[in-house]
This record gives sequence, structure tokens and C-alpha cells, in this order.
Amino acid sequence: MSDLHGYAHVYGDNVNTDVIIPARYLTTSDPDELAAHCMEDIDASFVGNVRSGDFIIGGENFGCGSSREHAPVSIKASEVSAVIAKSFARIFFRNAINVGLPALTCPEAVDDIDKGDELRVDLSSGIIENVTKARSYQAEPYPEFLRAIIAAGGLVAYTQERLSAN
Amino acid sequence: MPQTITERILAAHSGHDEVHPGHFIMAQLDLMLGNDVTAPLAIDEFNRIGGKLADPSKVVLVADHATPNKDIEAARQCSIMRQFSREQGVEHFFDVGRCGIEHALLPEKGLVVPGECAIGADSHTCTYGALGAFATGVGSTDLAAAMATGECWLRVPESIRVVYRGALKPWVGGKDLILYTIGEIGVAGARYQALEFCGETIDSLPMADRFTMCNMAIEAGAKNGIMAVDSITEEYVRAATDRPYTVYASDPDAEYVRTIEIDCSKIDLQVALPHLPENARPAAEVGDINVDQAVIGSCTNGRIEDLRQAAKILKGRQVHPNVRLIVIPATPAIHLQAIKEGLAEVFIEAGGALTMPTCGPCLGMHTGVLAKGERAISTTNRNFVGRMGHPESEVYLSGPAVAAASAVLGRIGTPEELS
Repeated sequence: MSDLHGYAHVYGDNVNTDVIIPARYLTTSDPDELAAHCMEDIDASFVGNVRSGDFIIGGENFGCGSSREHAPVSIKASEVSAVIAKSFARIFFRNAINVGLPALTCPEAVDDIDKGDELRVDLSSGIIENVTKARSYQAEPYPEFLRAIIAAGGLVAYTQERLSAN
Repeated sequence: MPQTITERILAAHSGHDEVHPGHFIMAQLDLMLGNDVTAPLAIDEFNRIGGKLADPSKVVLVADHATPNKDIEAARQCSIMRQFSREQGVEHFFDVGRCGIEHALLPEKGLVVPGECAIGADSHTCTYGALGAFATGVGSTDLAAAMATGECWLRVPESIRVVYRGALKPWVGGKDLILYTIGEIGVAGARYQALEFCGETIDSLPMADRFTMCNMAIEAGAKNGIMAVDSITEEYVRAATDRPYTVYASDPDAEYVRTIEIDCSKIDLQVALPHLPENARPAAEVGDINVDQAVIGSCTNGRIEDLRQAAKILKGRQVHPNVRLIVIPATPAIHLQAIKEGLAEVFIEAGGALTMPTCGPCLGMHTGVLAKGERAISTTNRNFVGRMGHPESEVYLSGPAVAAASAVLGRIGTPEELS
């Protein structure tokens, strides 16, 4: 039972991968170096404010744009425990699953959560609890196919299992 | 059951007679692509999986983003790709001098042909849909798993059909059609879906414009852009390669979640305002917007046809003294062709800089990065905050005609405004 706990950093629609991690930092794949510039072009104060366990809240189409996996890697290395959005751009969503960053779809939660709200998330049930507002929301379940990848511990582990089964 | 072209290709690559939107399939891949930004991370993940490439002949690595190496870190990324290619026997590794911008280079080299199923760790991999192939962008770990297994999981997308009718106005091309379309449906308008472009206007559109349109399908959130194969496609492919290929087509009664009809005779030259590609409007309605830089190039508009259109406007004219014009042929072959045709001379005599193939300025990496407060008109594909440099710079997107005219005018404008 993974219980995530932290505070909300709230952004709007179409948060793109260029603002999550600008291309000027893409000459490295080192997670800690990427985390040092996470969200820099949308919120220069994010790196100073984020605490371990916090949540990024996005609107529609979170993570649109470039395929750079450096985006979810930088968020995960910032010790953000999950991204909660109304919807995700598909490449970002794949990348998040593959690198083990929970990406939860829950428009109701996004409409209700304000900056700084204290949240708890139970990943196994998808229940998001807003401690500050004493309300809870149900995130969309992952498709069954993806649950197999998540259960394996990400795409690398899933692929290793498939290769050794053959 | 009737099928769309996207469904037919995905069925053929997953051992099914037919597939339907929402199905999860394991697709057998014909092509897996990475570049100097995404491949080093993919190589790390591949090494975690362990083993050898499933099929080195299907792996293509292109050092096009921060090259020629812009700094020591970029040089290190490329050396990771170079070493991996040698160790794993990747024949299709394209290094400086032989590399071009991947989405112009691969079709030109015949590395992707109709009916194939391709993934690339680059969001503009959807470009190859113009050849009647299924092609989509993924991340580095997906590329790593694909390199190890030759497969990739995919969710079969719903399809949106966009029907283009009517003759194009002067100077209007594929870039204007796709910016107009994104303006109509929005940057999330085709999220997770296939955008199938068809209609009489597409039937007579040259390949360069078709590539431009499919290239920007991702800018509407689409999984892939795709077009039917016709004599224009086949002529292009035959000139590139003698590899066999398979032609798939949508059944006349295939199911679409949405059909959009567009009357092209009403579409003017388009410009997309900062900071989203959906902010498209007629160039003539943009107002008095001065520019500091004009970029003509990229995987979207760096083909020879784009350079010819720009040269037609720039010939005998001078770039405005306040503007830096940067022209980037997308591949070495295009670069050479531009020299042979005298286009290089036109650009240089006009006061423009003609550079080697690179993605450089499109994503603000090098070769044309903007300072705080600067503004560019650009034939590239994204105008997000900070895309071409400082977070307080601005990018206006257009086709080559508007970019070239604007370079001369010193402000955003159209070829009609030039005397």
C-alpha cells in the first residue's frame, strides 16, 4: 500500500515539456542535474519550494510537446510523488509510467485543489484525499495492460520479464 | 469490419486480422529512431535491460539536435551514441557531415516506406505518416525496450478524418493548412487519436507539404498523422529506395470519431502567435509585429521546396537591417541542392546566414538562440514559452513564404506586401 503525502503545486492547461525542462539542459541525462532546473520556465521558484512527497497539479494536456523523457525524470528526481491532471499528453503519460512517476487523471480533483493544499494519495485505490479541504476524489483507473507494466516495476523490468520468458 | 489505414497497418504488425480503437497491441516494428537528446538516455535503459539489439538494421540513430557539438556535454552525448553504434553494429548511425534533421533524412534515405510501423524517441516521428506509414513518437525507455525486443506496446487510436477541398491561394502551402487545422481543433484536439488527412487538396499536394502537415499532427496532440499512398508518394519512394513496401488504405465505410471539412480556398497565409501552435490566424491580421530573427528550416519546413519558396521571395532583396535571417537546409542532400540551384547565393547575397543541417534553434539549443525580449518568425513547429531561448522571448510560427517576407519587411508580413 503506497500512501503518498505532500502539498500541491498548481499549474494550468497545456503545461509542455519545454517549460518542465528547457532544452538548454538536455545535454545531460543525470536525474539530479535535471531536477535542479525542473519547471524552471513556468515557475522559477519551484525548485526552491518543492518538498519531498509534493504533488504537481496540471490542467488539460499535461506534458504536451517534445518526447523528452527528461521531463518526468526531472519531476521524479525532484521527489514529487505524483502528477495529477485533468488529462495527459500521450508521450508524457507513457514516459511517466515507464520511469515510475505516478500520473493520475482526475479532473474533479484538479478543479478543487488549490496551491498549497495538503494531499494524500493511495495509489492502489486511486483515491486522492484533500486533507486541507476534507474532501476526496477518485482518479481514473489505469487500463489493465498498463497495470502489468506498473506491477512489474516499470518498462525495463517488464521487458526483462518478457525477454526471459521467451 | 471496415478499417482505417491506421488500423490496417497496426493489425498487420500485431498478428491480427483487424484491430479496433482502444485495443492494446504489441506491434512488430520496422524502424526505431533516436537522436542525440533521447538516445543516450535510451542507451542507459537498454543497458539496464541487457543483451543485444533485436535487429540492428532497424535501429536508426541521428545526431541532429545539438550538433555539430555545441559544447562539451553535447559532445559527450554524441560520443555515447557513436560508441553504442559501433558496439551494437548500428549501421544507420548518422554523424556530422552525413546527418540531417531526422524527419527529413529518413524518408530521403528510404529508411521508412509505406505500410511500415515506426517509433521514434522524438515527438515529430509522426512526419512519416505522409508516406502512408504508421509512425509515432515515444520516450527513451520505450525506445530502449523496442531496441531490445523489436516491439512496442500501442493503444489503437480512434481516427479523426480531416477532408481538405478547394484550390490553395498563392503562396499557401502545407504549413498554412496544418496551422489552420490546429487553430480549428486546438493543441489537444486530437489527443491520443490518429489524424487522417485526405481530400482533393491533399491529393494534389507535393510530398514536402504532406510531410509538413503530418509533422505537426503532434501539435494537435495526435498519436499519428497519416495520408493515403498515391502516385506522388510512390514517385517519391521509388526515387529514395528500391525496398519493397505495402500500400494500405482506409475502407470507404471505416469509422471515424469525427470528420472535419476544410475549404482551402478560404485559407490565407497563417501565423501562430505565442505561446501555442493553436493561436493561428491570417498573417495579414497579425498587426505590426517587429521581428529580430527569422528562421527557415527544421523537420517541419527545411526541405528543398521550402528553400525554393523562400529564395523566390528573397532574390534581389535585402534582409531588413534589424533582422537576423538563418536558413537551415534539413539534410546534406538538400544543402547541396540549394548550392547547385543557386539558392545558397540568394540567401547569402540577401544578407542571410546559411547554416549546416541541425535542429539547433527550433528548440533553443544553439545556432540562433533568442535573448530576453527578442522575437522570431520561424518555420519551426513549436512556440511554447522559452522554446527558442530566453523564457521572455517569443516565437511566431509560419511557413517559408511569410518567414522570408517578414525577414525583408522587418516585421511579420506577407509576400504581397513586398514591392
